[in-house]
Amino acid sequence: MTESEPVVELTGITKRFPGVVANSDVHLTVHAGEVHAVCGENGAGKSTLMKILYGMQQPDEGTVSVGGEIVELRNPQDAIKAGIGMVHQHFMLADNLTVRENVLLGAEGLHGMGRKARARLTALAEQTGLHVDADTLVENLGVADRQRVEIVKVLYRGARIVILDEPTAVLVPQEVDALFETVRSMQTEGYTFLFISHKLDEVRAIADEVTIIRRGTTVGTVDPTTVTSHELAEMMVGSELPSPETRESTVTDRAVLRVRELRLDAEDSGRALLDDVSLTVRAGEILGIAGVEGNGQTELVETIMGMRRASAGTVELASAGSELRDITRLGTLARREAGIGYIAEDRHRHGLLLRQPLWSNRILGYQTRRPVSNGRLINRGAARRDTERVVAEYDVRTPGVEVLAGALSGGNQQKLIVGRELSGEPVLLIAAHPTRGVDVGAQALIWEQMRAARHDGLAVLLVSADLDELIGLSDTIRVMLRGRLVSEADPATVTPTELGSAMTGAGEEAA
Amino acid sequence: MINWRTALLPPALAIVFAMLLSSVALLISGASPLEAFATMGAQLFEGNTAVSTVNLGIVYYLAGLAAAIGFQMNVFNIGVEGQYRFAAVVAAIVGGWMQLPPVLHVIAILLVAMFSGALYALLPALLKVYRGVSEVITTIMLNSIVFGIVAFLINPEQFGVLHGNNLSTVEIAPSGRIPGIPLGEAGTLFGFVVIAGALGYGYWFMLNRTRFGFELKASGESKTAAAAGGVSARKMTLAAMLLSGAVAGLVAMPELLGRDYVYAMTATQGYGFTGLAVALLGRNHPAGIAFGALLWAFLDRSAVSLESIGIPSEIATIMQGTIVLSVVVAYEIVRRADLAAEQRRVGRAGRNGQPANVAEGGAV
Repeated sequence: MTESEPVVELTGITKRFPGVVANSDVHLTVHAGEVHAVCGENGAGKSTLMKILYGMQQPDEGTVSVGGEIVELRNPQDAIKAGIGMVHQHFMLADNLTVRENVLLGAEGLHGMGRKARARLTALAEQTGLHVDADTLVENLGVADRQRVEIVKVLYRGARIVILDEPTAVLVPQEVDALFETVRSMQTEGYTFLFISHKLDEVRAIADEVTIIRRGTTVGTVDPTTVTSHELAEMMVGSELPSPETRESTVTDRAVLRVRELRLDAEDSGRALLDDVSLTVRAGEILGIAGVEGNGQTELVETIMGMRRASAGTVELASAGSELRDITRLGTLARREAGIGYIAEDRHRHGLLLRQPLWSNRILGYQTRRPVSNGRLINRGAARRDTERVVAEYDVRTPGVEVLAGALSGGNQQKLIVGRELSGEPVLLIAAHPTRGVDVGAQALIWEQMRAARHDGLAVLLVSADLDELIGLSDTIRVMLRGRLVSEADPATVTPTELGSAMTGAGEEAA
Repeated sequence: MINWRTALLPPALAIVFAMLLSSVALLISGASPLEAFATMGAQLFEGNTAVSTVNLGIVYYLAGLAAAIGFQMNVFNIGVEGQYRFAAVVAAIVGGWMQLPPVLHVIAILLVAMFSGALYALLPALLKVYRGVSEVITTIMLNSIVFGIVAFLINPEQFGVLHGNNLSTVEIAPSGRIPGIPLGEAGTLFGFVVIAGALGYGYWFMLNRTRFGFELKASGESKTAAAAGGVSARKMTLAAMLLSGAVAGLVAMPELLGRDYVYAMTATQGYGFTGLAVALLGRNHPAGIAFGALLWAFLDRSAVSLESIGIPSEIATIMQGTIVLSVVVAYEIVRRADLAAEQRRVGRAGRNGQPANVAEGGAV
């Protein structure tokens, strides 16, 4: 591939945000007709780089050249004119319009709205494997088809270079395979792809070349066929890869959380989001839930937290110094008071009040408990003091506790949440993706705190997409698939590959 | 955290901008802006205008508080208008009918008013919570229904009496009135000012010191985060709407119990809408709302004096409109500037002035 000329060249790109350098001296060369993967951890600067290439943000330093000429991309329209299109991770489609309307919207000037447009649309749909009627409403399409509509939209506007931003995050494995087939066939027709991902297996499966980004700068470009996933991973996180390994077992025989035959039906239909889920977490145990995202982990966590009402089954919890007690009928606050700490998977939606100061966020979820409250009245002084303690103990980097939570970086927000949730003397901690999108330093600290709490007898239910984290921290691993717990694995012996195949349902009997 | 720049700069900017814009309007209509502003300022010191401005301000303050309680929970209670008129007519009827010793009589009337206001807000609240119907639509409809209810209730065949050619409720006995505070030449201040002040303090205390206030603010900012923290958005929406309605029920009370003693077909309307503007102006802060209410009352009163020098009184309305618009814009600008400044401050902290590296927790 390297013989062909470069179509996109980014040279010395640097982008600063207030207080942060998101990209520093990034170099990226993409050749015509190749699938070029850009790999890096969450927060490494991939998204910023792609936003620069798509004209959504302007670099402070460095140049972008397309087809050998230096261009200045001031907005996405410029990028589209240069032949660059982007398929966002979160689709930008109007649900209440048809496929055709979505594609033509804003591009009526290209081929009109009549027969010519229709012919072009049909040709592109054929190329991308979009086998739906162009008059179907987008709201009736599945995720994979919506993604194809996005691709068609981009191609219709004349893109020859397509940026796919984490395209597989929303897909199930079969859909991923189908997408890859489409990408390969389009590649032979001369399209160039930029594939953003942090899933190394997929990158190795599809990419001709891989550029690794770490801490905002390019580490190198490699041929994925000559390196192993492990080598790629090391390039991504650097050599000081923190190890999540837990050493000696602290598991006791005292059950803290017992879930029996839990079932949750979807609100609009009788389809089960959770089906016959039974599990037990004991004091001093970390139970890991593995699974491809969207297989019911979120629902499981939210049902245990009381944010969703179970359709059937029971949840029992043993509060400090007492026996297992049925909490199925209790609300979220009562469950928290009974001793559940909760690290939500989306800290902006569920973890924090972004426009309130840190000390106010310390109160959230603890508004009935000491020291921040006496049940009816809030003790602001105590809340401030205790937040200062959390900030110090959990190394939250902030000039003070009056700072708005939204001003902190992701890692520091997460440390604040972990500190808060471990401050309420929980008996059970529910941790959903506790180190997602945080930096390596915060990750190590969060792992350390979870391990220390486990040592003190805390029961932990850990949901994670990071297999190394799951294997390293958990005492037991259960695999979740389509709303069911399908298999069990021993973290001492299982490999990420085995776990991965169990997660996709390939080896239901394995592990 | 009280950040004076954030709190005071936007309204000041907004007032200056509004004055500039009205100057333009004045110049176009051929009048002198200086003369107009001088007349507006001077009328404050004539006769009893100052006191009547404050009296009107008290009414606006109550309406502003009612709206602000809704805003805290992201509920847009346009129905303050309907709620206060419904409460006023019910309270006036019950108050005129009741025979109670002095203080008790007043308390009973106020309770009836608050209860009626909340009752009139109950239907939109239930529809919003259980059926997802926008409170904006339901309350607007109830606002227009209230006109018919008032007309029906003060018909002589029901509870009304005819005075000359004006229909009104039965007069409330002296035991049910709130005595004014005489200020000699300047006029008489509504005694209700004390209750309004106490309400303002109660509102502040509730928001900043109580668990309920915390939950209300949390749920208003992020329903999902509050839900994860154990706060039910349904409960909070219901509570905010009913509380807002209860306070709205008091809006007409200063005039009913301090000046009119009857509720008539001709009673002033529109306080509820003013309350929305006043709450916006005061950023839902009790002191800010007081300021906004007084400013609004001042502009209302000064409109009359403008006409006496041949300037259209609509100039005052233009100023009111531009102030609200520009204050909303100004607050947003200052808020964004402050957030950016804070992010820079956070970025510098603990790194000896070096920009943060992404890998050390910098946000991307």
